[in-house]
Amino acid sequence: MKSLAELQAIKDKMKNKVVLREGSNELRVVVGMATCGIAAGARPVLNALVEAVNESGLADKVTVSQTGCIGLCQYEPIVEVFEPGKEKVTYVKMDADKAKRVVEEHIKGGKVVADYTISDLNA
Amino acid sequence: MKELSLNILDIAENSLKAGALLTEISIIEDDKTLVLTIADDGCGMTQQVLKTAADPFYTTRTTRKVGMGISLLKLEAEMTGGSFNIESRHISDYPQDHGTKVTAKFYKNHIDCIPLGDAVASITTLIQGHPDSDFVFFHKTGDKEVHLDTRELRTVLEGVPLNTYEVIKWIEEYLKDQYK
Repeated sequence: MKSLAELQAIKDKMKNKVVLREGSNELRVVVGMATCGIAAGARPVLNALVEAVNESGLADKVTVSQTGCIGLCQYEPIVEVFEPGKEKVTYVKMDADKAKRVVEEHIKGGKVVADYTISDLNA
Repeated sequence: MKELSLNILDIAENSLKAGALLTEISIIEDDKTLVLTIADDGCGMTQQVLKTAADPFYTTRTTRKVGMGISLLKLEAEMTGGSFNIESRHISDYPQDHGTKVTAKFYKNHIDCIPLGDAVASITTLIQGHPDSDFVFFHKTGDKEVHLDTRELRTVLEGVPLNTYEVIKWIEEYLKDQYK
């Protein structure tokens, strides 16, 4: 059974970590979580991203957040990657496995996964 | 939606968009029925907006002209022979006591009843996306009562954000344990 004492221990560990977030240099990963996104399967995509980013030790450099309708409902679940100084990358029709690959190859490795980007899908 | 828990996530997003500081989600099940209630202390809706809230051609979003969230939940409940209700007090009329409450009742044995699915994932997803808002979750099913109040966690965490990965994982396990 999980106890509040365990939560207390997590707090103590986190408090001791000096969080140095370099705001503008941060990479942001955003998942569309409006009705369209949720119905299309955005929840497991978001959770896979959160898990993969944290398990890869990228938590200090990468923020995973949620947004409303991006306006391309037919392509949901959509994941957008914002990197300072670079053009936004939009991944479409995502699932949990694709999300893991994006973290591994793009977020960690720096190489856009062209298979899932919107331009590729339109071509 | 494939799971009612996805509707929970969707409807609660409306609460957060309405500026809710506290969103209370409750699921009460007995042998035959499941009653889902989502109540918030957000800005509420005027009577005029409230009348159109369950209309799929009403939406607050600007990217397109259709809003499915509320109408979908209403349809899903009514499909099972159940019912749907939405009450709201707009901040302009109720400066102290404003907010919205959505209630949907499902008959679980009806062939069209959608399964609840992964309620825990919806709760942790809500907290992950909205660490500065508070959530109360209560689920009564059979002889089990599952409960979470982020305000209680906040007092333990002393400023450590609720969406810290380790905290989210703890919440997930804490809820799952209660179902065992």
